[in-house]
Amino acid sequence: MDFQLTDDQRALQRGVWELLAGRFGRDALRAAVDHGGKVDRKLWRELGEAGFFSLRLPEEGGVGLGLPEAVLVFEEAGRALLNGPLVATHLAACGGLPGAADGTRVFTCATQLRGLVPHFADSDAVVDIHGTSMRVRYPKDLPSARSVRSMDPLTPLHRIPGGTPKAPPRPDAVLLTAAEQLGSAARTTETAVQYAKDRRQFGQPIGGFQAVKHLCAQMLVRTEVARAAVYAAAVTEDFAEIAGAKLLADEAAVRGARDCLQVYGGMGFTWEADVHLHLKRAWLRAQMWLTAAEAEEIQAEALASAL
Amino acid sequence: MDLTYTAEEEDFRARLREWLAVSLPKLPAKPGPLDWPGRRAYDTTWQRMLYDAGYGEVHWDAPPTQRLIFLEETELAGAPYVGANFVGLLHAGPTIAAEGTAEQRARWLPPVLRGDEVWCQGFSEPDAGSDLASLRTRAVRDGDSYVVTGSKIWTSHAEVADWCELLVRTDTEAPKHRGITWLAMPMDAPGITVRPLRTLAGSAEFAEMFLDEVRVPVADRVGRENDGWRVTMVTLSFERGTAFVGEVVACRRTLGELAAAARANGTWDDPVLRRRLGRLNAEFRALWRLTQWNVSESQMTGGVPGIGGSVFKLRYSHARQELYDTAAEVLGPDAFDLDREWTADRLSSLSYTIAAGTSQIQRNIVAERILGLPKGR
Repeated sequence: MDFQLTDDQRALQRGVWELLAGRFGRDALRAAVDHGGKVDRKLWRELGEAGFFSLRLPEEGGVGLGLPEAVLVFEEAGRALLNGPLVATHLAACGGLPGAADGTRVFTCATQLRGLVPHFADSDAVVDIHGTSMRVRYPKDLPSARSVRSMDPLTPLHRIPGGTPKAPPRPDAVLLTAAEQLGSAARTTETAVQYAKDRRQFGQPIGGFQAVKHLCAQMLVRTEVARAAVYAAAVTEDFAEIAGAKLLADEAAVRGARDCLQVYGGMGFTWEADVHLHLKRAWLRAQMWLTAAEAEEIQAEALASAL
Repeated sequence: MDLTYTAEEEDFRARLREWLAVSLPKLPAKPGPLDWPGRRAYDTTWQRMLYDAGYGEVHWDAPPTQRLIFLEETELAGAPYVGANFVGLLHAGPTIAAEGTAEQRARWLPPVLRGDEVWCQGFSEPDAGSDLASLRTRAVRDGDSYVVTGSKIWTSHAEVADWCELLVRTDTEAPKHRGITWLAMPMDAPGITVRPLRTLAGSAEFAEMFLDEVRVPVADRVGRENDGWRVTMVTLSFERGTAFVGEVVACRRTLGELAAAARANGTWDDPVLRRRLGRLNAEFRALWRLTQWNVSESQMTGGVPGIGGSVFKLRYSHARQELYDTAAEVLGPDAFDLDREWTADRLSSLSYTIAAGTSQIQRNIVAERILGLPKGR
C-alpha cells in the first residue's frame, strides 16, 4: 500500500495546472464572467488536444489513464474555476460520442441538476444519462427550454422538463464533480491564507489573530479529509465510498468559500473578489448528481447492509 | 495511489486473524471501567500474550503498513485496547526507540513489550495547561542525580505505573522552550505522592502527582540536558500521529453496532437520525483513508509522523463526540444508564477535544506550522 501520488500522477497534475494557469488565468476568468460564462470554443479544443476529455479512452485514440488521473485533472479544473460542462463532455467522450474527445463539440447533461441544464445554449448536444445508458438530444429537439437567470455568472442555466434522474447517477460523474469541489476548496483555503498574511488590521496581519487563524485551520482540515476521501474513492471505485467523498467535498467547497469570504471581510462581499464565484459554483455542484441527503442515505444503506 | 496490500501483508493479516480467533477466548473476564488495578492486570496480560506470539513490537519496529493491518484486525476482532500500556507503547516507547541510547533501549523497551512495566506521562502541570512549555517542576543537578521538585497533573495511570516520562526544567534562566529536560522517573522513588483525580465519568484514571526532592539518575535522561522540548515534540508527534489510529476502526465497529440497535428499536425509521448515522459513516471512512494517507507519507519521510497528525486529531476528536451523541439519540432514555458501555464512552469522549493538545491548540499548530500564518495570540 502506497497511498501517495506516483511521479507520473504528480507530473500530470503539474501539467494541467500549468496549462490552466497559462490559458485560464485571472484575466480570462473575469472575461468569462463578463461573457456570461459562455464556453470558449478555442480553449475547449485545446483542452481536447491536451487529453482532458479522452483521458480514460483506450490508448488507440485516447490517453489510456484511469479514474485517479481524471480526478487529479478535474481537481485542477475546480481550482482554476474553469467553466463549461466539463464532466458531461468527458462522459460523452467515454461513451464514444463524436466530437467529444477532441473538444470540437460541447456536450451538456440534462439529468444532473433536476430540470436545470447548464450551458444549454452554447452546447452542441444534450446528453441524458441514466445509469450506464446515454441518450443524445439536440437543442432544436427541446423548444420548451427556457432561460433562467443563473445565480452563478459562470454557469448559464436553462430549464427543460423531464430532467429528473430516474436511476442512480454514474459513479464517475459523481466523483469527478467531487474532485472539482476539492480543487475549489483547496483554492479558497490558499486564497484566504494569503489574504490573512497580507491584510493588516490593528497593526498586524489579521492571520495573527486566533479567530482568523482557526477559520483557516478548519478550512485546511476539511480540504484534507475530503482529499483522502476523494482519492481513495477514485482507487476503490466503490459507489458508497464515492457518495461519501461527494458529501465531504461538497462541504469542504461550500464551507471553504464561505469562510474565505469571511476572512476577506467587506472585500469578500464585492463582485471584484473571486470568492463569490467559488461559492456560487460550489453551491451548484453540491446539487449536481447527488445531494447531501441522498449521499447520507447511501452511506446509511451501506452501514445497514454490512450488518 | 494504491490501496492494495502485498501478498506478504495479506499473509500477515490472515495469520493474525487466525491467532486472534484462538487467543481472545483465553483472556480473563474484563474488569469494570473503574477498577484500575484490575485493568492494569488485564491489559498487561493481553500485552504478554501479544509478545509471546511475536506481535510485541508491532507498534515500533514493524513497517507502518503492517501496524495498520494489526490495528485494523485487533479492533475488528474486538481485542482489548492498549489501555494501561498506552503511554509505554505509544508515547515513551517510540520516543526512547528514536532518541534513547543503546543501553536505555535495552533497559526500558523489552519490559514495555512484555507487559511487565507500565508507564505514565508526567508532562502537564496545574498552572501550565495548554502552555505546556511553561512548566515549573525543577530538577537540580547533584552529582550523578537530578533532584526533582514540583507537581504534575492529568497523569494518566499514575497509580498503577512503574515509570514516568517526566518533563522538568533544568535551566530557569533560559527561554521557556530551551531549559527543559526529558527524564525517565521510577514511580517507587522516595518523595513521590500520587493523589487520584476523579473524572466526570466517575473514573480515577488520572492523578495529581507531587514530587518532593525525588532523585533521578542522570543516566535516565533521554536526549541532552535542556533539549527536552525537541524530544517532547517527538513524543507528541507519535501521540497525535499514531496513537488514535486504532480507535478509528473501533469507531467504525461501534457505528455498525449503533445501526443494528437503531434498526432493532425503530429509530432507524427517523430520516434525520438515519442520515446522521450515514454522515458519520462517511466521516469515519474518510478518517481511515486519511490515516492511510498519513502513514504512506510518513513511510516516505522516514518513520516519525508529520504534523498531519494535528489535522487528523482535530477532526477525529470532534467526530468521536458526535458519534456518542448520536448513540445517545439511538438509546433514548437508556443513554442515562451508566452500565451501558455507550454511556461511559460518551462521557469519556468529552476529554478528546482537550487531552493531547486542545482543539484550539491544534488549530494554532495547523495555522502556524502548516499554513505559515504569523504567530500571535
